Order: sequence, then C-alpha cells, then structure tokens
Amino acid sequence: MNYLDFEKPIIELEKKISELSELNITDDNVLLPEIKRLRERVEELRASIFSNLTHWQRVQLARHPDRPYTLDYVYNIMENFVELHGDRCFSDDKAIVGGLATFEGRSVMVIGHQKGRDTKSRKYRNFGMPNPDGYRKALRLMKTAEKFGVPVITMLDTPGAFPGLEAEERGQAEAIARNLREMALLQVPIVTVVIGEGASGGALGIGMGNEVYMMENTWYSVISPESCSSILWKNWDYKEQAARALKLSAQDLMKLKVIDGIIREPLGGAHRNYAIAAKAVRDQLVESLDRLSKMTPEELKAHRIEKYSKMGAWEDVSRKPAGKGKGGTAKTGKTSVSDTPSGSGKTKSRQKK
Amino acid sequence: MSWFERKDLNIVTKSPKEMPEGIWVKVPATGETIHRRELEDNCWVDPVSGYHFPIGSDDYFQLLFDEGKYREMGGHIRPVDPLSFSDRKTYKSRLVESQKKTGLTDAVKVAAGQMRGLEIVLACMDFRFIGGSMGSVVGERIGLAIDHARENGIPLIVISQSGGARMMESVLSLMQMAKTSAKLALLHEAKIPYISVMTNPTTGGVTASFAMLGDFNVAEPGALIGFAGPRIIRQTIGRDLPEGFQTSEYLLEHGFLDFIVSRNKMKKRLSRLLKILLHKYKD
Repeated sequence: MNYLDFEKPIIELEKKISELSELNITDDNVLLPEIKRLRERVEELRASIFSNLTHWQRVQLARHPDRPYTLDYVYNIMENFVELHGDRCFSDDKAIVGGLATFEGRSVMVIGHQKGRDTKSRKYRNFGMPNPDGYRKALRLMKTAEKFGVPVITMLDTPGAFPGLEAEERGQAEAIARNLREMALLQVPIVTVVIGEGASGGALGIGMGNEVYMMENTWYSVISPESCSSILWKNWDYKEQAARALKLSAQDLMKLKVIDGIIREPLGGAHRNYAIAAKAVRDQLVESLDRLSKMTPEELKAHRIEKYSKMGAWEDVSRKPAGKGKGGTAKTGKTSVSDTPSGSGKTKSRQKK
Repeated sequence: MSWFERKDLNIVTKSPKEMPEGIWVKVPATGETIHRRELEDNCWVDPVSGYHFPIGSDDYFQLLFDEGKYREMGGHIRPVDPLSFSDRKTYKSRLVESQKKTGLTDAVKVAAGQMRGLEIVLACMDFRFIGGSMGSVVGERIGLAIDHARENGIPLIVISQSGGARMMESVLSLMQMAKTSAKLALLHEAKIPYISVMTNPTTGGVTASFAMLGDFNVAEPGALIGFAGPRIIRQTIGRDLPEGFQTSEYLLEHGFLDFIVSRNKMKKRLSRLLKILLHKYKD
C-alpha cells in the first residue's frame, strides 16, 4: 500500500486497529469498544485532513501511484472497448491510448493519457509523457470519430509532453498546435476530464472540450510546481510555494471559470475506491453528453470557439471613465459567459461545497 | 598576509572599458565591432556574419510597413494580476518594471497598415517584456489581430519572439494557446492567408499554438525554435544535444519551415509571397 506523507497518522491508526483485531483475546468486551473508538477516530482524522488539503497535497494525490488511470476508467464505466493504435505516420505512442467503446447506450471515442503501474510499465508508457506521435494519434482518432458522428471523451493525466530530442525533431510543438486548431473545428461533442495531472500544453493538446471537468484531487496549470520553482525561485525547493502561487487546484480553476465543474472523489482520493470514483465520472459524462448531443455540428464548433475566445483576464482602459488614471475594474473576458448555444452557464456542476 | 602590498591607496582598478553607447557595436557571433549606422542601415543584421541582433516590435513595424506608417490596435487591452501571483517578486511589480524599462504595455503590439501597397495586419512580440511571455493580454491582442484580418479579409503576419506562456497567469496563460488556435481555426476556414515569422527565440506555448499554425511558417536565420528548452531536454535525456539542434536551419531540414529569410530581405519576400497568393503580383 502506497501512502503519502500527510496520510501517515491515518495509516498508523489503521495499523493499530488491524493489530488489535488480530489479537486472540476472548474477552471481546475489552477490545471491541476500543477498536470501535479507533475506527471513529480514523474517520474523523481522514475527514479533517482531507477537508484542508494544501495545493501541494493535491498535487501529491494527483500523482498517487495507486490512482486510477484512463484505462481503469474505461474498463470501469465502458463496454466493448476496441483499442486503436498508431498515428499512420511514425509510431504508436504508448503514453496516449484511445479507442471506440460503448458507454451508457451510446458509442464513444475515448482518448486519454496513460501511465504505468510498475517500473516496467511506467517506462513502457513513458511516464505518461507523449511524443508528437501521441498527439497525432489522438487527432487521427478524433477525425475518425467526427467522420462517423461519434462523440469524443478525453481524459487528461500527464506530467507534460515529453521534452526529448526526437520529440523536437518530429515537431512536438507543431503536433500540439495542430491539435488545438483541429479540436476547435471538430463537429462532434468533446468532453474532457482531468483525472490526474494536467501539465501545460501536453495536457491541453487533447483537452479542448466543449465542457471540461476536473476531479477533486487533480491539478491543471501552465507549468509543474517543480519547474516553476526552478525558474522563478532559481531553486527546486520551492515547489509547495509554487503550487500555491499557480492556483492549480480544481477549486481555483472553477473560480477562474476555466472549467465547468468538479467531480467528487471518494474520501481519501480516487485511489481509495475505483468504483465510486468511476461512477462519479460516468454520471458527469452522461449528463454532459446528453446536453451536447442536442447541439448541431455547427453549434458545437461555435460553442467551443466562443468558450476559449473568452478566456483570460485583462483590463480595458478605453472603458474607464475619463480622468481616472487607475483603479478601473478588470474586465475578465471569461466572466461574461451566458448566451452560448448549450447554455454552458447552467451546467450543473458537482462542485465541492 | 600576502607578500605584496599596495603602496598607494586610492588606486582604482579599471573595469574593461565599456563600449561608448551607440557608436560601435560588438557582434556576439564573431567578436568583431561594427559601426552602429552600418547596422541600422542593414536592419540590425551584421553584413559579415549574417548575425541578427534582437530588435523590438517598433523596429519591425518600421521595417515592414510602408514609410513606417501604421495604425496601432489593442493598446487599450492591459495586463492585470488575476491570481495575485508572487514568487520572489510580485507579478504586479514585474509588470510595472517591464513597462517602465521597455515603454511597452505588454509583450505584443498589433498594427494595421500597408506593406508594399498591400493592406496587412501585423502582430509583433517583444522579448524584452517578461521574456516575450504570453499571458492574457498577448492572447487577447493576437486574437484581435486575427479577428481584424478575418473581418476585413486582409492577410495576417505574426512575428514571434517568446520564451513561452507566462507562468504568473498560470492556467489563464495556458488557455491563450486554446484561444489563439481557436481564432486561427476560423481564419483558416475563411481562407485568409496567415504568415508566421519565428525569430530568436520562439519556444514553449507560443510555438505550440499560433507560431506553428501559419499557412507559411518562416524564420529568421539562426533562431532558436522549439517546444521544450534545450536545458530541459539535456537534463531529461542526459546527453549533449547535436550541434545546431532547434535552430531555424534544423527546423527547415526537418520539414517544419517553408523557408528561412534574412531580416533585410523579409519585406520583399513576404510581400512577394502574399501578392502571388492573392493574384496581385505584377512585374
């Protein structure tokens, strides 16, 4: 069992409980109340630790080695998965998986980053860091889905696009850029869920959904906290401060109106109970696909382009009353959402209270 | 104690004499010096080595627009600090410092005007402003340039010069990649020509969005162009990078550029290209 440093008090108590339970004492009257008391204590502790997670702890949870990955969700909530391989250009990137499946009575194309579980499979999956071939495979599958009118579901979980020599040689930047433009124009619904790490362009490269959701304990940012620390603090040791400064949690992105909702995880994180986590993802996907499938191809495209055109925060100084130099309120492009064809403003989000 | 001691006090050790500002300029590529006037007359390109000195957006506007005349757009869009970001400095103070130092309001300037008689809209980035990084203002102004090109049916040129997305606006910076690409998608559908000019350096989120999406991708010679920076790649793969890796010439060889153009020939080449494309080429 893998656990994180801040989970240590919980793990120690759980250990104590199991030790007590294993004791062969016939007089249950002594032991049972004690075990019950400890169990309650564990739950209280877990609830209190997990209701006050720091940004860095969320990053740790998003990277938890037991966390469900794309294929875990696929096998938990979809049927008849047929994996499709290759970019028809150079190779089959193992860090991005994709294929056709049935999902709650409909056909879908599911595409996501994939990490490995042990040393061997982690290496095989390149730690979830795609090469250009991965982005080109993803685009090929999206175009196939478009051709046959199949909605696209994408799951993001990457520490970043692979910064390697061959990746540059084969045009990492070009592959991501092309995906962004083509996703904008795609004539079928795209729903995106951040299921783990959402690191920068490597994540966005398959993540331009009509609707975008984040699971409760995930992060999404322009750069990883470690790299941010090394660049801005000139030192690798400020990752916790960087995580806080980057405002990379699901709650932050909800406030910044970059995502449409937060998907709740079981207490202690998605890795504690795959079935519960997967069910929450399934419910959100059903709701989103129901909504988006009512839109025409042209509406879907326009909806996506309008959604991303509004993002950002800036100040429009031409709108300030004359004579005032400073202090005008910032016009945030993204706050003026409302009359999009789908009514994305009305999205019922599973936001954590 | 050292065996020698200074006999006279008040001897000032002279630092290597600085070049008198503005007369002779040292060329980093060769170590030779050249007269400033000669450089200016040659668009800041060393006539001997072909080395391209970095220049700012105003210089590119002077270079490309006829008689240096243009109408600036998007100047009313100004940066804010949406995350109250602070590392060793606050983002607010970085913005103010950069604005003071450069006289710019953010890392891109947009203008419309004529290039050899052809109406164009030109967006030009500026590395001096927080490393030419792309935050919300850069995304919004480039978006404005794209919209202007599409609405008026005139060609778009974007000159990139950037270290990538701006960390201090975190995910909002990232979303500018989506915004500019989405707007370019519409321009693409409207069949309006778009030339992307990459200059030294063009990296990160800028390369991975609008810089690589030109109908024509061109670059100045010897520019660093890539997604990940060379330092990160060296750390990741644990070996030295080949000579010339991620230069314009390397990208041309690997099929990502249409051509490399010297700055002093840029206006001629770009207007010729657009005029042929738009069936307006005479002579």
